[in-house]
Amino acid sequence: MENDWLRELEQIVAPPRLMTSLADRHSYSYDASFGSYLPEAVIQVMCTKEVSEVIKLANRHQIPVYPRGQGTSLSGGPLPVKGGIVLDFSQWDQKLEIYPDDLVAVVSPGVLTAAINQAAEKYGLMYPPDPSSGHVATIGGNLGENAGGPRGLKYGVTKDYVIGLEVVTPEGHIIRTGGRTIKNVTGYDLTKLIVGSEGTLGVITEATLRLIPKPPARKTMMAVFADLPTSGTAISKVLRSGILPAKIELMDQASIRAVEQFQPMGLPIDAAAILLIELDGHPKAIQEEMEKTNHILTELGAKETIVAQTEEEAERLWKARKLVSPAIAKIKPTKISEDATVPRSKIPEMIQRLNQIKEKYQIHLVVFGHAGDGNLHPNILCDKRDKEEMIRVEQAIAEIFAAAIDLGGTLSGEHGIGTMKAPFLEQELGPLGVMMMKRLKKAWDPNNILNPGKIFPEPGISKLVLRDE
Amino acid sequence: MNDSLRKLQDKINYEKTFACVQCGYCLPACPTYETMKKETHSPRGRINLVKQFAEGKLDINVLQDPIDKCLGCNACTVVCPSDVEYNKILEGAKQVLEEQQPKTKKQKIAEKLLFEDIFPSRKWMKRVGDLTWFYQASGLKKFAEKTGLAKVAPLSLDQFSQVLPNLPSPSERRRRLHRIPAKGKSRIKVGFFTGCIMDSIFFEINQKTIDLLTLAGAEVVIPEMQTCCGALHAHTGKIGHSRLLAKKNIEAFEAESVDYIINNAGGCGARLIEYEELFDDDPEWRERAKTFSNKTRDISEILVELDRLTFTQPIAGPVTYQASCHMLNVQKVVNAPLKLIKEIPNIDYREMEGADRCCGSAGIYNIVNFEDSMKILDNKMIHMKETQAKIIVTTNPGCLLQMKLGIKRENLASTVRALHLVELLHEARPVQK
Repeated sequence: MENDWLRELEQIVAPPRLMTSLADRHSYSYDASFGSYLPEAVIQVMCTKEVSEVIKLANRHQIPVYPRGQGTSLSGGPLPVKGGIVLDFSQWDQKLEIYPDDLVAVVSPGVLTAAINQAAEKYGLMYPPDPSSGHVATIGGNLGENAGGPRGLKYGVTKDYVIGLEVVTPEGHIIRTGGRTIKNVTGYDLTKLIVGSEGTLGVITEATLRLIPKPPARKTMMAVFADLPTSGTAISKVLRSGILPAKIELMDQASIRAVEQFQPMGLPIDAAAILLIELDGHPKAIQEEMEKTNHILTELGAKETIVAQTEEEAERLWKARKLVSPAIAKIKPTKISEDATVPRSKIPEMIQRLNQIKEKYQIHLVVFGHAGDGNLHPNILCDKRDKEEMIRVEQAIAEIFAAAIDLGGTLSGEHGIGTMKAPFLEQELGPLGVMMMKRLKKAWDPNNILNPGKIFPEPGISKLVLRDE
Repeated sequence: MNDSLRKLQDKINYEKTFACVQCGYCLPACPTYETMKKETHSPRGRINLVKQFAEGKLDINVLQDPIDKCLGCNACTVVCPSDVEYNKILEGAKQVLEEQQPKTKKQKIAEKLLFEDIFPSRKWMKRVGDLTWFYQASGLKKFAEKTGLAKVAPLSLDQFSQVLPNLPSPSERRRRLHRIPAKGKSRIKVGFFTGCIMDSIFFEINQKTIDLLTLAGAEVVIPEMQTCCGALHAHTGKIGHSRLLAKKNIEAFEAESVDYIINNAGGCGARLIEYEELFDDDPEWRERAKTFSNKTRDISEILVELDRLTFTQPIAGPVTYQASCHMLNVQKVVNAPLKLIKEIPNIDYREMEGADRCCGSAGIYNIVNFEDSMKILDNKMIHMKETQAKIIVTTNPGCLLQMKLGIKRENLASTVRALHLVELLHEARPVQK
């Protein structure tokens, strides 16, 4: 029976774009999160018709289908957890059209996110979402997970820039949502429903994205703090002063020290926290705003502030932030990057709770991230071969989520729920919230073929398990 | 876990696979991911397969093709945010494959010729040089036919024979001195590591290298007992053999107390600076290897450091630079060649897109995996043509041959030349400052 559908599949897409060898199947069994699950087949789709036909076939035979970009997901989005077909979109990157008069871009799902911004820049435009994996990640994956990035503080996330989609439904029909206009209130907003649905409601085959004028200038500063709560207060104070920076990034002491040990660059290792702030806009405006920001931070008691005078100096300051991930990866081999997010006013409290969790479970926990929008990245460094340690890590993660929800925040700011956070969904949404979502899923995908095992917890699973059984 | 699996894990550097967090940042850097278009032929994919294999979850056959098709260019290690030692994992996998896998006939013959007849023996210098010279008139194709290589094609050696330079005669090669004094005041004493291919097929370039060195104020010695660097052996999993060759070279250069050990082949240089790692379990040799590696420099580095040359002859036409992967990604020599190129009067240097990407030469990759290599080369030539360069400069014999082949494939032989950096600098008529 298995051979039947594989033979039919070959009629739609033939090798080498249809892969069934063991080496190939293993190579699409993982993403950047946890676990490895072997699919029966991998198909590299190159047009909407192929997607539609594959999904119709899958729906007929009730074979699970998992859309996948370049596998950079941190939440398990593309993992083929129940076997079946991986739909690989990475090679479908041919369409990248910029329409400067409409300020839109029309793209195929395999286009790299960073490539969209590069193409827009040629017209003096910008595609703002800037996940740090943007040079690897595809726009299809970004749409599925509703990816964010440092600029989210000022510019929002992926969903804020999507105005139209072409979608293949779980039954293989091709629909169009939204359109090419900024204003559009016709019917339900299916565009926003599909974006961030993590490939469980439909497969995106084309997107129309909104572009904005590229700010002509930017300026960076670094502020050093002797204690964490003050850095948190500083963020609120700046944001209330009428200034909206493009980015406010935070590094805690553990991350400062890790970077300094990894690649000495003269960072203040006694500091409790560093804030990196980028302003963008008209050169004269940001000059004035920078002076004001500097004044606010100094008055609040920042130990030191440095305003970059040149582009090179700015780059040097941002390098420290970029080095956090590689530097902390040296501490222990397994790195779990969380993205629990809290209202901005709760950042100091969240940092305090994170430190308590770190003490309680005796884990290596480092805090950095997009503090300006409340989206911290508590990273846990551990060793997945150490069962005893992993149990403590699982408990700590559960407590991080509980703390975020308790403070009025959310499980995920930008990585998505996937498999990693599914056990905690109900904690945030409540049983009725989950039920309404499940009804939506059932209406769209009656046979549950599209990315099963994601977002919703499997029956009987109420906690995270990171160990191999 | 049973004993044999543990031994396998040790050999294949299984522990090092845990450094990979599977972020995928290596994908855009990988030339084979670009041309073969699947994760299986990406660094992340290969590391995963090695790991699954080392855990006993996969048969060794599954590993063969993805590992064979890796260029070993190390571009992934430069962009890796977790500093995964990919080259160690790759070499471990190659060693295990070498020991456990039966070879195809084609592979056996090619490897016997390359590793037993040409590269390892002290006689290689004469033999390759003489044979190639002798057979040049009749063409390398006949040479290949005679050794049985052509019959087990597609080794496509005939393709390469057409782009080989004219060789000096054996007697000319034998006339070379082993000690060449500096021109003018001697500032340092350097040992010249001549390399196999460089000292046979590209003998002329070695002569020009010595000219540049002596003109820059270096006394040059060429230790006679030196041998192949062992890079190709290590890259095909013959670690034991590579270690033997390393010892010979270390001894050969120890005998002459030199300030630096100079080479002009990116691939050889990369191996020489890694000698230390071959002797993890042998403290005495590790120390000796370390001293050797610390003295090792590429010709471009030493010329920049000595800073004694002025170039007097302008070079016409745009020039582009195809970096050697091993020089760039392993030796981390990035700026020195460019600095020298830009010192030439009126030079029109144009960087090509992807100048830091492998050209597909990769040791014997272009011989063993000809078709795959040509796909990578064709991409390279697209970017080369965009620069409208009249000269492509390289710093490694394999890359140089590959560039010559690329030029021929594009039918550009009448307008575009591929030169070793040393040839370009020589052409620019250097004089002492």
